[in-house]
Amino acid sequence: MSSNTVRMTDVAVVDEPRSTKPSGATDGPATADSGGSGGRRSPSPVFGHPARAREVKDHLARVVMWLAFLLALVPLVWILWTVLSQGYHLLLQSEWWTNSQKGITSRREGGGAVHAIQGTLIQGLTTAVISVPIGVMTAIYLVEYGRGKFAKAVSFMVDILTGIPSIVAGLFIYAVWVTTLGLQRVGFAVCLALVMLMVPVIVRSTEEMLKLVPNELREASYALGVPKWKTIMKVVLPTAFSGIVTGVLLGLARVMGETAPLLILGPYTKAIATDLFGGYMATLPTMINQDRSESLQPAVDRVWAAALTLILLVLLLNIAGRVVARFGSVRK
Amino acid sequence: MAKRIDVSDLNVYYGSFKAVEGVTMTVEPRSVTAFIGPSGCGKSTFLRTLNRMHEVIPGGRVEGKVMLDDQDLYGSGVDPVAVRRTVGMVFHRPNPFPTMSIYDNVAAGLKLNGIKGKKKLDEVVEKSLHGANLWNEVKDRLNKPGAGLSGGQQQRLCIARAIAVEPQVLLMDEPCSALDPISTLAIEDLISELKSKYTIVIVTHNMQQAARVSDQTAFFNLAATGKPGKLIEIADTQKIFSNPSVKATEDYISGRFG
Repeated sequence: MSSNTVRMTDVAVVDEPRSTKPSGATDGPATADSGGSGGRRSPSPVFGHPARAREVKDHLARVVMWLAFLLALVPLVWILWTVLSQGYHLLLQSEWWTNSQKGITSRREGGGAVHAIQGTLIQGLTTAVISVPIGVMTAIYLVEYGRGKFAKAVSFMVDILTGIPSIVAGLFIYAVWVTTLGLQRVGFAVCLALVMLMVPVIVRSTEEMLKLVPNELREASYALGVPKWKTIMKVVLPTAFSGIVTGVLLGLARVMGETAPLLILGPYTKAIATDLFGGYMATLPTMINQDRSESLQPAVDRVWAAALTLILLVLLLNIAGRVVARFGSVRK
Repeated sequence: MAKRIDVSDLNVYYGSFKAVEGVTMTVEPRSVTAFIGPSGCGKSTFLRTLNRMHEVIPGGRVEGKVMLDDQDLYGSGVDPVAVRRTVGMVFHRPNPFPTMSIYDNVAAGLKLNGIKGKKKLDEVVEKSLHGANLWNEVKDRLNKPGAGLSGGQQQRLCIARAIAVEPQVLLMDEPCSALDPISTLAIEDLISELKSKYTIVIVTHNMQQAARVSDQTAFFNLAATGKPGKLIEIADTQKIFSNPSVKATEDYISGRFG
């Protein structure tokens, strides 16, 4: 029916001299025009107008995409700019990289973040050291071995773990570590909570990377009489290596900025502490949280500087990871 | 070195689906046997049962017997990994390991099976690349990645990789389907050379290729989609292409169907 209507319009418009039409309002009829017979005034009577309609849609889609892209970029640039402009001046002082906050009150300027940087690095790396083997091996199981109900159950559990709010992970470890086992709140307990958050990220990303390894490579290896475990170690994992590293870095970036479990399990301290099993250990997120609760300018400055430091730290780790990944990546 | 393959009454299943039914054939040592037939008729599936590669796919299993000389490939206690060391395979798409150099690709079968010693490996790599007619083209860039070669060179690299472990039988699953005529010719020449050392079984969709390289030809067909594939006829290539005893074979070869 609708095509009929279009034809009718077509006929109606035909006699009207093209030049008298107001250019803005012709879109609809002009499009309809094209379906009809050729040989009239438009430059390419048969093919011209549908192309124009498509061009309009193409333009529209492009504009929408660019807008969405810019919209997504706004908060990112905004955050980066704010943090940079507010935090950079403290980072330029050497004291920031060499001193802790020991003996510095919120009224006083000065002191550094070395205690928090150390704590974040120690906890982040410990978490990674525990999580990476568990996560990668779980992913290998799911992709290479897992069949049937148990694998489905594992996969489902990983999904659930992915969705766990970080505060729940913190409270869970608190319940186990402090309430049940009666131990002190220490850095290692924080790491355990962070492991719960990092493992599912690594499992999911590694899984995707392993699935991308073409089956032909596995078959080529099997056909050479190479056992399955060796095929996985020497062919599958190296092929997926750079992707796995990227996944690990994403997971690491996530847990290094994590705050909720730290508030529960790893209270802030102003002194340098490197013992994971004794006493409190400062981290950048808890430092930010601590100084944020003060309204005095020196403390506020430190909040921005600590935030910028954290961003830089994650950035540095990312760059380091890319370099590592490049060495082991697929050679072209 | 080369061994005879004796298949009797073999059925191949994927789960409960019967993919190939009742194949009986003998492949003589130091000969080339070609499998032809329409897509989906079970040629490749059957080929993969000759080195137990079909078991890689979940649910793949067989009934019947495959004898390699006097050894049952499916006997109890036979390790599929060991079978694959004896029966090598080349796939239809060149699949060199992307993380490895040309040298490492050829040496992969040995290295991954724990054989060490630079001198021995150097020897094997050179010999295998000579065997695959690739040595002259790559001898100056053995440490470059294997994925950087052309398609035809990659396929010959895969053949070199397969013969480096010194198998007794070489299975080829449409080895030229992704290659241009010149590379195809190079591979076909190579097959004729390899024949003096190995038992070769090749699946091909190219009838002329089967006629050119093989000593005997087996024609597979299936009654309808969803039905199992069957071996229709196996005979000397000469006979299959000039005077087949089954009408379906003649129809297929002359291009009347398939």
